[in-house]
Amino acid sequence: MELSAEYLREKLQRDLEAEHMEVEDTTPNRCASSFRVLVVSAKFEGKPLLQRHRLVNSCLAEELLHIHAFEQKTLTPEQWTREQQK
Amino acid sequence: MSGSLGRAAAALLRWGRGAGGGLRGPGVRAASSGGSGSSEHLDALVKKDRVVVFLKGTPEQPQCGFSNAVVQILRLHGVRDYAAYNVLDDPQLRQGIKDYSNWPTIPQVYLNGEFVGGCDILLQMHQNGDLVEELKKLGIRSALLDEKKDQDSK
Repeated sequence: MELSAEYLREKLQRDLEAEHMEVEDTTPNRCASSFRVLVVSAKFEGKPLLQRHRLVNSCLAEELLHIHAFEQKTLTPEQWTREQQK
Repeated sequence: MSGSLGRAAAALLRWGRGAGGGLRGPGVRAASSGGSGSSEHLDALVKKDRVVVFLKGTPEQPQCGFSNAVVQILRLHGVRDYAAYNVLDDPQLRQGIKDYSNWPTIPQVYLNGEFVGGCDILLQMHQNGDLVEELKKLGIRSALLDEKKDQDSK
């Protein structure tokens, strides 16, 4: 399995029906072992932060075994809209 | 102050080096009973203190930027009395706590015996004010409240 920002983006987008995604490879030398993701999905509505993060974690359970560091931000479409207006 | 910031920066720099080290194969999986990675042991551990954190490194010397962030957030809130366990000292603990909480990463934060989340979640709770409320439920008054009052009264 080839880990890449593009790969993670596609998988998250598909499984979580994300309407907006940002995936950044935060490894200093871009060796794809650290990532930062932003996922905007209606699936997060009504769910506390912990549950949202668990959704992302279980979507990427296999990949996370090979990822050293993983940062995530999970927003509902409404929160995302507000965030952009700031 | 500059000393502790320097240490934090050093911890961030050191952090890259351990890449991949945490995810060894099934050899380090905790035994199902007994030992530092057993769920019975961990259950007792997270319930023993009101605030419990599992870190890479120690509060004095975090070995990873995310663990350092957790330490700094607790410090900001004036939480001094908490139990910290260094997973780098104990591979069984390191894997066991991940299995216990079904959470793939370290650091991990527990309040009143309950898993709260990792660094991202604690940071967001800090930013949106939830952490002050959660600490209040534990009978811990966040130092940020006093700071705010000082500012208000000025």
